[in-house]
Amino acid sequence: MRKNGPLALFFHALFVVFMLAPLVIVCVVAFTPEGYLSLPTRGPSLRWFKAIFAYPEFLRAFYASLWLAALSSTLAILLSVPAALAIARYRFPGREAITALFMSPLMVPHVVLGIAFLRFFSQIGISGTFTGLVLSHVIVIMPFALRLVLAASYGIDRRIEHAAISLGADTITAFRRVTLPLILPGVVSGWLLAAINSFDEVTMTVFIASPATVTLPVRMFLYIQDNIDPLIAAVSACLIALTAGLLLALDRLYGLDRLFVGSGKG
Amino acid sequence: MSLAVSERNAPFWLTGPALLVFLGLVIIPLGMTVLLSFYDWGQYKGIVPDFTLKNWREIATDSYFFEIFLRTFRIAILVTLASVLIGVPEAYILNRMSPGWRSAFLLVVIGPLLVSVVARTLGWALLLGSTGLVNQGLMALGLIATPLEFMFTETGVVIALTHVLTPFMILSVWASLQRLDPQIENAAMSLGAGWWTIWTRVILPQIVPGILSGGIIVFALAASAFASPAIIGGRRLKVAATLAYDEFLNTLNWPLGAAVATLLLVALVAIIVGSNRLIERRYAQVFE
Repeated sequence: MRKNGPLALFFHALFVVFMLAPLVIVCVVAFTPEGYLSLPTRGPSLRWFKAIFAYPEFLRAFYASLWLAALSSTLAILLSVPAALAIARYRFPGREAITALFMSPLMVPHVVLGIAFLRFFSQIGISGTFTGLVLSHVIVIMPFALRLVLAASYGIDRRIEHAAISLGADTITAFRRVTLPLILPGVVSGWLLAAINSFDEVTMTVFIASPATVTLPVRMFLYIQDNIDPLIAAVSACLIALTAGLLLALDRLYGLDRLFVGSGKG
Repeated sequence: MSLAVSERNAPFWLTGPALLVFLGLVIIPLGMTVLLSFYDWGQYKGIVPDFTLKNWREIATDSYFFEIFLRTFRIAILVTLASVLIGVPEAYILNRMSPGWRSAFLLVVIGPLLVSVVARTLGWALLLGSTGLVNQGLMALGLIATPLEFMFTETGVVIALTHVLTPFMILSVWASLQRLDPQIENAAMSLGAGWWTIWTRVILPQIVPGILSGGIIVFALAASAFASPAIIGGRRLKVAATLAYDEFLNTLNWPLGAAVATLLLVALVAIIVGSNRLIERRYAQVFE
């Protein structure tokens, strides 16, 4: 294969600048010592990072988002594992339709889901509760969890399981000691991808979060709607730093191409 | 015998829990939303469950709604085109890099996907403001005399959404590039083809399915995007998603908001399913 020419590398450099510029500018502005949006020309200051602690609602929203992500992705995985095993192993009537249904939250706009949940939750009386948030997040992150568990489930040799059962293991033991360890990489990366998507979700959540259950992205969105100042840049910079750390860890542990590129094909 | 019976029922027991959750939390709420769009609403009487076509008639006849939907799809088409122009060459360049560089730059492509869209759009708001870095840079270079208007314009929304969605195009094109045999390119070159011929006659035809399926993803996400148009477009420049948000949470006219949401959903599903059919029929041999 030929190497990239200078023109290609120039295009690539422009692309990298384009991708990183908005993230870099947020991090730079966050260090401004001034009381308004500006580049830190007088040297960096931690003033606005300290100011975050004067706004406990950001911290509260952060913890709410963490809890929500952990809880909803765990529930999504618990639903995904048996469903993925059934879809990967059996040919049964409605199999295609059921798979399409589980993947449908990818296709339905999150605005529409937000509206549907707002209407539904206010009818059944759980509007604005944390329970409602968890249930709605399970739905929107389910496709991510299912896709990765499914990809792992297609790959396993059922004869290993049959061997375990013929040697006297019951179904539960065979699942726990044989099947689960085999699909574990898919389960873990599915859980992670689901948790990240739950943590970042804003469009649907903005409809159903109440002031008591507001998540971090929604809190930030509502803040930006009122005004844009260095404080929100500092909050975003923390989020970017957190994501960058997580990304590097993920890349070391799994390899990003495996998580994002090779995973779609079951 | 008993094993055969349990084997036959197994898929239903295994998918049962997820199926119940999805029936209860997807089918029923969506059905209720469609139903809600046929309800009556008044400033003082609130939502009245009487069947009426009032909301749908309002959307069909008021040019205000037509304009917003037109703008939504215009933005989505522009973002899709931009993501093709940026994403296809970039995927090709990435694919030709050595594995070490490639995985480093893969972080640049995928990393932004994992950062909250609110933080990314904030970055564009900082860059594109009238005193932002882009305008200051262009003025310092003497290219413009007065700051360009990006905030609260469609251009600004298109730029921010292109940034948010181009990674999906790259991942999709890259997946089809990986199925490409590099020897074919060499064969074309040894037979005397120039790079333009190689691109248009050899590479492009093979990655068109990847471009099209990436295009569908980008288009659907752009047409239903909420946070970026809300922050960059503000209240003045509404798209379908921010319109539905305003009807629900500011005007409190839920039935009208539900009608807007239903129309967006139906339009998008029709476009996605329709173009998927088209692609599969046209490129059936490439997919196999």
